[in-house]
Amino acid sequence: MLELKNLSKTYRTGDKALQNVTLTVPKGQVMALIGPSGAGKSTLIRCINRLVEPTSGSVILDGTDVTALGSGALRKMRRKMGMIFQQYALVERLTVMENVLSGRLGYVGFWRSYFRKYPQADVDEAFRLLDRVGLLAMADKRADELSGGQRQRVGIARALIQNPRLLLVDEPTASLDPKTSRQIMRLICELCAERDLAAVINIHDVALAQMFVERIVGLKAGELAFDGKPVEMTEDVLTNIYGEEDWHATIREVDDEDAEAEEPVA
Amino acid sequence: MSAVLLEDRLGTTWKKPPLISNPTLRWGLFIAAAVYLVLATASIDVNWSRVAEGLSRGWAFIASFFNPDFVSRGTDIRDGILESVIITVASTVVGILISIPIGLGAARNIAPLPVYLICRGIVALSRALNEIIVAILLVAIFGFGPLAGFLTLSFATIGFLAKLLAEDIEEMDKVQAEAIRATGSTWMQWINYGVQPQVMPRLIGLSMYRLDINFRESAVLGLVGAGGIGATLNTAFDRYEFDTAAAILLIIIVTVMVLEYLSGIIRAKVQ
Repeated sequence: MLELKNLSKTYRTGDKALQNVTLTVPKGQVMALIGPSGAGKSTLIRCINRLVEPTSGSVILDGTDVTALGSGALRKMRRKMGMIFQQYALVERLTVMENVLSGRLGYVGFWRSYFRKYPQADVDEAFRLLDRVGLLAMADKRADELSGGQRQRVGIARALIQNPRLLLVDEPTASLDPKTSRQIMRLICELCAERDLAAVINIHDVALAQMFVERIVGLKAGELAFDGKPVEMTEDVLTNIYGEEDWHATIREVDDEDAEAEEPVA
Repeated sequence: MSAVLLEDRLGTTWKKPPLISNPTLRWGLFIAAAVYLVLATASIDVNWSRVAEGLSRGWAFIASFFNPDFVSRGTDIRDGILESVIITVASTVVGILISIPIGLGAARNIAPLPVYLICRGIVALSRALNEIIVAILLVAIFGFGPLAGFLTLSFATIGFLAKLLAEDIEEMDKVQAEAIRATGSTWMQWINYGVQPQVMPRLIGLSMYRLDINFRESAVLGLVGAGGIGATLNTAFDRYEFDTAAAILLIIIVTVMVLEYLSGIIRAKVQ
């Protein structure tokens, strides 16, 4: 469904952030992207929806070459790609509801969005999503009144109301405590399963990735360094991607006690 | 490169490195500043007999503040104030409306380079020309009266607000705006959802501040014939009616203080 072909990005500073990345993500697959800081994970995700323009190569979503689109068609294409950000990236001074509804901006005209007169179907869907992420009561609160975990849930609702085919998730848990991190990862993966969405998730926390996703791709200095199942993620692979360290504690034991211990979701 | 050894540093004193590391340049600047100060002070030429003469006139002016005359030119004062208020409000509103698109265009992070250069050019022009000079020019074109004052202050407001708005936009949180762009929004929607909420409190605060600047300026512009309370003030000075002038100045001071107080409350509320 998503295909990256020889994707490269060289920044104006000369940094080669991505070099010839070729990758296919099938429908409904949740894929984690790991790698050290500066390996090009954020760049890769932003090249897919062209918040960053790739230097060469192509991004193909459902048979359409995203890199070849003009600005109008690109906007239409972005509706199919929901994005979730590291620092939540909610517009702080807007209400929770406005933030969620802003996911519909690609579908409604300017004046409708300006006067916040969204179609009833959009408003209903926003309420449904807020209820799904457990924040229905917060709809009229300003985004900056929420806690980190709550904000990220709003960010998830905003991405989902776009009715996307693909989720681009940039470090969703980097600013969250360990428990909230797991809840957020679980929520994202559950929602992907419910809606048969593919997802590319940038993540620092290797153990967390192994816990939730079905495929891990490692990026090192802008190049693919690993592509496989979570169980294939060995200490050698980590050493190859990140460099020498004692990885023993990082890799999840097969019978992790947490797996059962934290079943209930808040 | 020799490594720094701890043993060598222990026991030695530590001083903050100077701001200018080159000692010749540092001392050169000190000496230049000192020489300038001495020469500048020496060049002041005070005519003490003239000062002695003027002191009594100055005192009469100050004394009239304890005895301001609001009544004998009451109608003139009222009309002048009303005209100033109209000039102030109209020029502030028009100035804000024009400065918003120019401010958007003058923000490097959202405007393409040609638009940026044009808008920055307008801002620079507006800021380079002092209000008094613009007013003299516009009085020459449009004649005496409030129209020249209104146009002058609108023009000055554009330079002030557009520049500060553009700087606020340039300092906004990029990620919030990026998130809105990622939803597939149009440019206008992006400004409305991603940029406007971030800069709105500042814009309101600056507008209030500009309202109070414009009121003060409208008093000064009257001195060059651009209408408003300044014209009344000018007439009072010309007739040596210091008590009326004092009354006008007191009104201006009180009005500015009230505006300042109000703008403080509003700014605190919109955060």
